Amino acid sequence: MIKKIFWPLTFIFVFTCYFWLNSLHSAYAMHIMEGFLPAAWAIFWWIIMIPFLIVGLRAIKRKITENPELKTILGLSGAFVFVLSALKIPSVTGSSSHPTGVGLGSILFGPTAMSVLGTIALLFQSLLLAHGGLTSLGANAFSMAVVGPFIAYAVFKGGTKINFSFSFCVFLAALLGGIGTYISTSLQLALAFPSEVGGVLQSFYKFAAIFAITQVPLAISEGLLTVIVMNLIKKYNMNELKLLKVFIKEAR
Amino acid sequence: MKNTLLLAFVILLAIIPFYIHRDSEFGGADGQAEEAIQEIAPEYTPWVQALWEPPGGETESLLFSLQAAIGSLVIGYVIGFGRARKKYSNNAESK
Repeated sequence: MIKKIFWPLTFIFVFTCYFWLNSLHSAYAMHIMEGFLPAAWAIFWWIIMIPFLIVGLRAIKRKITENPELKTILGLSGAFVFVLSALKIPSVTGSSSHPTGVGLGSILFGPTAMSVLGTIALLFQSLLLAHGGLTSLGANAFSMAVVGPFIAYAVFKGGTKINFSFSFCVFLAALLGGIGTYISTSLQLALAFPSEVGGVLQSFYKFAAIFAITQVPLAISEGLLTVIVMNLIKKYNMNELKLLKVFIKEAR
Repeated sequence: MKNTLLLAFVILLAIIPFYIHRDSEFGGADGQAEEAIQEIAPEYTPWVQALWEPPGGETESLLFSLQAAIGSLVIGYVIGFGRARKKYSNNAESK
């Protein structure tokens, strides 16, 4: 049995990695563009980002060594980011943006694991689709692969604690993680470009109006889509969910 | 059934904006941010250029649809794998 599933699992893992390396690049309508972040800030965010990547890589390695069958679900978490960041959805503000998809993986594998997956996604998107950029990658990764996942994770844990239903926790986690990502992007831009009048706060309003407001309906969509996929995982991949200890007690 | 309803709502959310902004092209929010930066700091010029950019909209949409297709493929595989495993395994532990 183990032998039988080993090759498909390996195949899907390698395949997923391969495509992360080759096409995961696209999340855009929301990242800071190449060259638009002054050098000092670009370096600053890069330095902040590095510890998260190291911790994340260790977390993934540990989980995979403990339970190799979790590779498929890890692949699924990455693929979900992949799909959602390719969907540029029109929003009520008259512009388009795309969901991040990091909520699902954060709930399943923890926030630092998503720091790694999200950064890989952003890296290839900046290389192949010219969305985001290498210099601004540190800042973009901090928003989408640190702030988003940590918010999603905290919301999920908090929601579970106060006994919200599982689906509602997942929904809320993905929604707030998505919005948090864009608020963080707005803040990063505001810090780098404070207004002459009103300073950082004034700039923040301006960027938040562009990014965060656009993101609200998309974050709702992201929450709903995350619930859909989570329902499917719950239905067919309960084994893995148990291994990941997603449910504290109520394994239904 | 529940999932179908949720999906319908997602689609609805994507369609509504077309009726709110009938004359908008729904350009990317990052393009707007670029303009906002020009407003706040008119003297700022980007200090690096992207290494490579898709030559045009067609190539870009190719890469995007490829990305979505591949992602969906992986998700479908994993869920399908789980489903078949659940269906064909007799022991209760894989339920």
